[in-house]
Amino acid sequence: MNTTIVSLVSMGSLAALFALGLAMAGRIFAVETDPKIDAIEEVLPGVNCGGCGFAGCRAFAEAVASGEAPTNGCPVGGATVAQMVAAVLGVDAVAPVRKVAQVLCQGGNAEAKQKGTYDGPVDCRIAHATQGGDKACSYGCLGYGSCVKACAFDAMYMNENGLPVVIEENCTACGKCVEACPRDIIILVPEDQGVHIRCRSLDTGRKVRQVCSVGCIACQRCVKVCPTGAIYMEDNLARINYDKCTNCRECVAVCPMKTIDWQDGKPLVLEKAAVS
Amino acid sequence: MRRVRAFFGGIHPSENKQSTSSTPIQSLPAPATLVVPLLQHVGREAKPLVAKGDEVLKGQLLAEADGKISAPVHSPVSGKVTAIEPRTSASGRSVTSIVIENDGQDNWVEREAHPDPVQLDAKTIVERIQAAGIVGMGGAGFPTAVKLTPPQGVSIDYLIINGCECEPYLTADHRLMVEYAEEIVLGAKLLAKACGARKIIIGVEDNKPDAIASLKEQAGAVDVVALPTRYPQGGEKQLIQALTGREVPSKGLPFQAGCVVQNVGTAYAVTKALRDGEPLISRVVTVTGSVIAEPQNFFVPIGTPFQDLIEAAGGFSQTPGKVVAGGPMMGGAQFDLEAPVTKVTSGVLAFGVDESKTPNPMPCIKCARCVDVCPANLMPLKLEAYGMNEQWDNAEEYGALDCIECGCCTYICPSKRPLLHYIRFAKAEIIESQRRSS
Repeated sequence: MNTTIVSLVSMGSLAALFALGLAMAGRIFAVETDPKIDAIEEVLPGVNCGGCGFAGCRAFAEAVASGEAPTNGCPVGGATVAQMVAAVLGVDAVAPVRKVAQVLCQGGNAEAKQKGTYDGPVDCRIAHATQGGDKACSYGCLGYGSCVKACAFDAMYMNENGLPVVIEENCTACGKCVEACPRDIIILVPEDQGVHIRCRSLDTGRKVRQVCSVGCIACQRCVKVCPTGAIYMEDNLARINYDKCTNCRECVAVCPMKTIDWQDGKPLVLEKAAVS
Repeated sequence: MRRVRAFFGGIHPSENKQSTSSTPIQSLPAPATLVVPLLQHVGREAKPLVAKGDEVLKGQLLAEADGKISAPVHSPVSGKVTAIEPRTSASGRSVTSIVIENDGQDNWVEREAHPDPVQLDAKTIVERIQAAGIVGMGGAGFPTAVKLTPPQGVSIDYLIINGCECEPYLTADHRLMVEYAEEIVLGAKLLAKACGARKIIIGVEDNKPDAIASLKEQAGAVDVVALPTRYPQGGEKQLIQALTGREVPSKGLPFQAGCVVQNVGTAYAVTKALRDGEPLISRVVTVTGSVIAEPQNFFVPIGTPFQDLIEAAGGFSQTPGKVVAGGPMMGGAQFDLEAPVTKVTSGVLAFGVDESKTPNPMPCIKCARCVDVCPANLMPLKLEAYGMNEQWDNAEEYGALDCIECGCCTYICPSKRPLLHYIRFAKAEIIESQRRSS
């Protein structure tokens, strides 16, 4: 009987002591967190893809709460998430411009010449580091699908011609494929743009013709025909300023190599012409 | 007698040196057109000083060093500059190159010869080595002058001349040691004076007794040491360990162990530059392999396309499966035989179709033979797995940056796994992320 009481009292008082200690520690060492951060994190997709430029969703939430990142900075969440984040902060929602990835090379197995055989590991970055891979064009797609492997949203696949294809509906513009590509072929472009110069080769026209049937030969025809001055030539490659492009397709019609590509279903953007 | 310590690990692949090891070096006349890349070394590309259409003399400065870690480039022939444009290089990438049309006259630029260059002071020697465009000719191509000027307060005890040539097939250094021992020993003395080394050791693998004998004849106070034949005996860190017992710290450089290591080819080039006033415009290249008709060593003007070299060696006896620039262990396969010989091209090897086939890799059975042979004391199987799964942090923790890329792991792997491919990949990614975060 006596033993029971002694043990109950001693254990009980120890428990009370520790509880007091914990309660005090909780007060003294408490970390002040902004409740907004948790609220924002709650509405984010939570895939930690890093597409916003921060180390995961929590870091992005912190940045938004402290005003370092815009409310519409989550490319994956798009307009819906931007709205919810704005609601948490009590500000007006600004819908983000939805971007999608575009592959700027059309030189698949049928179009681009091989300079040899590569039998190392199937990875673009390793192939690129090993004598620049097996394509004769040193700027074009290597076709080993590192971008497809990097995509966490099932928005890419390799077609039978050995080129990656973006499924635009699934693309969240997280930028993982852009990072994975050793040749910087993939870029993120506003969704409504339909005209793309699908070549990255800085070689001279003569050299391009030798290695690829769809590469930019720097003939300047697109530059001359563009009514808004959106296309310019730099280092033997036509480049497009998407801010000025109105999707008028004049350049698509004159390109002799079919390098400039038009995607169906993209509307003509007339306001831009007025702006420029 | 110096006690030679073995370095850890290593392999002994079949040497295959016999077809070129006893024939003298032939001089190859310069071809009609030469392509001189501006980047033949580690560091920044040289800045061109000539323009298209300029007439140049043999030995004339074509491009000057850009910054501290860079090297100038000189004209290997007299003639006319026909283009300055990106051309294919042995690395597989395009490098800005100066294309020269050879006029066949071999008109030399004025040379500053010195009958007894040992009289020169250390500073002048380093300056002339830099001005002659000399870089590490063993394959790495690090500017020699930079290696000779260690940071303030570091004293160099040993100058080690690397005559191991542990790569199979190659005999360029071997023949150079047999035929030009006098120049190599003089070059070693000049290099030692330049870096202030107390002692000079020439390390040669014991499969080259004629080279050892020829060097010993000239050596005098220079120590010529025979080393066991074991790949990668010629690795800088392995050689230091074998000759001095010292270890270069992880991620460290040889000067931290009080050593400077230079290749025999570099020592020869130093003599040519200081004694005869000739900049680095030619080098010895071994052209060999199972499908080369007449394997040989050539003195080749830098900028000579591989195609011309192979033709000079009798061409291909069968269809080649793979052409490699450098040794078979560390050299890179070539897609384009238009790539030119550079300051670091020690060999051009051609192998048959069957020999060149890459075996299908099987799963890793964790036998740890790669661990046994890794001269850097790493665990290649782990590094490969981390590289494959893109776990860069783990790869760095397991010492990926200490890998010397010798390829012993890939050679020994019973599952024929491409270990080195993935380790290199991991290294590149780690260096890239370090660059981004700094």
